[in-house]
Amino acid sequence: MNSDSFPWDDEHSMRARVYSAPSVQFAQTGNKMLNQLTIAELVAKLDRRDVSAREAMQSCLDQIQRVDGQIHAFLSCDATDALAQADAADKLLARGGDPAKPLLGVPIAIKDVIAVKGQPLNCGSKILGKFLSPYDATVIEKLKAAGAIIFGRLNMDEFAMGSSTENSAFGVTRNPWDTTRIPGGSSGGSAAAVVADECVASLGSDTGGSIRQPAALCGCVGLKPTYGRVSRYGLVAYASSLDQIGALGKTVRDTATVLGVIAGHDPRDSTSVPQPVPDYTATLDGGIKGLKLGLPKEYMLGGLDPEVKAAVDAATKQFQAQGAEVVEISLPHTDYAIAAYYIIATAEASANLARFDGIRYGARVAGADPIELYGKTRGAGFGAEVKRRIILGTYVLSSGYYDAYYLRAQKVRTLIRQDFLNAFEKVDAIVTPTSPTGAFKIGEKVDDPLQMYLSDIYTISCNLAGICGVSVPCGFTSGLNSEPGTRNAKLPIGLQLLGKPFGEETILKIAYAYEQSTSWHEEKPSLAAT
Amino acid sequence: MAAVEIDVKYVAHLARLQLTPAEEQKFAAQLGQVLGYVEKLKQLDVANVEPTAHAVPLVNVTRPDEVRPSLPHEDALRNAPAKANGLFIVPKIVE
Repeated sequence: MNSDSFPWDDEHSMRARVYSAPSVQFAQTGNKMLNQLTIAELVAKLDRRDVSAREAMQSCLDQIQRVDGQIHAFLSCDATDALAQADAADKLLARGGDPAKPLLGVPIAIKDVIAVKGQPLNCGSKILGKFLSPYDATVIEKLKAAGAIIFGRLNMDEFAMGSSTENSAFGVTRNPWDTTRIPGGSSGGSAAAVVADECVASLGSDTGGSIRQPAALCGCVGLKPTYGRVSRYGLVAYASSLDQIGALGKTVRDTATVLGVIAGHDPRDSTSVPQPVPDYTATLDGGIKGLKLGLPKEYMLGGLDPEVKAAVDAATKQFQAQGAEVVEISLPHTDYAIAAYYIIATAEASANLARFDGIRYGARVAGADPIELYGKTRGAGFGAEVKRRIILGTYVLSSGYYDAYYLRAQKVRTLIRQDFLNAFEKVDAIVTPTSPTGAFKIGEKVDDPLQMYLSDIYTISCNLAGICGVSVPCGFTSGLNSEPGTRNAKLPIGLQLLGKPFGEETILKIAYAYEQSTSWHEEKPSLAAT
Repeated sequence: MAAVEIDVKYVAHLARLQLTPAEEQKFAAQLGQVLGYVEKLKQLDVANVEPTAHAVPLVNVTRPDEVRPSLPHEDALRNAPAKANGLFIVPKIVE
């Protein structure tokens, strides 16, 4: 870190936690507490007035109070505002609800990269200082219009750059299944909060796997929609041609419900596509009989953990038992995806992050002239991984290197996209592991960026091709490879389904059929109160 | 996969990033590794391949040229590190 520090460094820790006192009794329903319910279960109870939105919201706040000291999924949480939203929902529910509000009274937590009016927006970085969003992102407008309670700022790798949430300026999030391990990233807080039942569902963003990989490593469902399916207005840009907002949930149905709310064309995002939004929940139980699923032969790599491979093989057999046909396919340019990604993503990032210069918002370190001010502010404000990627991106775009790196990577991107379009002429969806291994140890890869990048092999091509992908729980590692003395017995494994552009209905239907025939999603980590 | 040399100090200046000497040294080694890795793209023949800038088949997206509400002036200034008289304060640019 640069020796210059920001004048309000100390205030961050103070601002970081604004929790209400826990209520005395946990609101329970059956064997589950309210915060453990799925959206579908909670909405049914709210509609019957069995429980209030305030009780549901309080139950999430209590759980945060109880476990977030060890998980650290939340950077901050405005409990007063959340409960006020809950009370407003209860008023509407008392009048009979509103059929146009499918999420009325449902607490949904938000990754710290999506703007929520009046709430902090830090992107896991120091450089934004005490920034408060002046407006709502389109996805937030849509969730609010659907009646959701929007609360909390979820931890993430700084500016969504990372695969472990260790790059947050505010400390790492820990995996609910083993707090010595990473939750994945960059949406590590979004996945951990869902799995630790600190919220009912969450929003994340995915540029190279940042929703699907943490969903896999924490054990929940995470969907990256097709590029253009969901508006990026109000999402702080990392790599604009790859970024997409998506949902993380406890079940496939919940994830489909949230997607249905946030999807759609937005005139404020010129890359959002004017295509009708289907009811993603209506087609979930259509079955998978007769569907063709592809297994890419290039994905059976040396670094693939045998237990992960076994889980994916078992899922494949499950699909066949349910009437799907499974065939081998080829994605011949797979081996070039990570190289192309880290050129394209960092090039776009170096341009996007130029706006953080200490002039119009965020923190500022004074300088004798503007150049010195920029350099000092950015040197003190960005963490190591963001600096690395800005330098790499600046380098590949700089005079004399543009053709050799950036233009070539864009051409390779065409080949990778073509691989997928060719494959989708033969199959309806592609089946892969989400991550080659279970969650790794905190600190294990932090000094070896290249090794960290290589762990994104299964998720990155999806963003380059602009297609959709979902990760669903498909098993656990036995824990045999974990070091003695660690608490975990097992770590979640994720199955990834990749679909055609705007093929979300198909991959959700396949994921749902799989989920209904297994019980992985019902297993919960045992979290001790802190 | 030989590491590639990168002049981090020069590139960091282009990116307006002030680094410590320790950072310069560390990033040069790490980014040299990454650049060595991406050399593999040169194995592919891309002579007749069109580049992909983004994956959506949309071109020339326009909207009607109409005056519409935008962020109020005071809201745009609210997060500024230094402001006065409805303006951002910046260091002196011209003598």
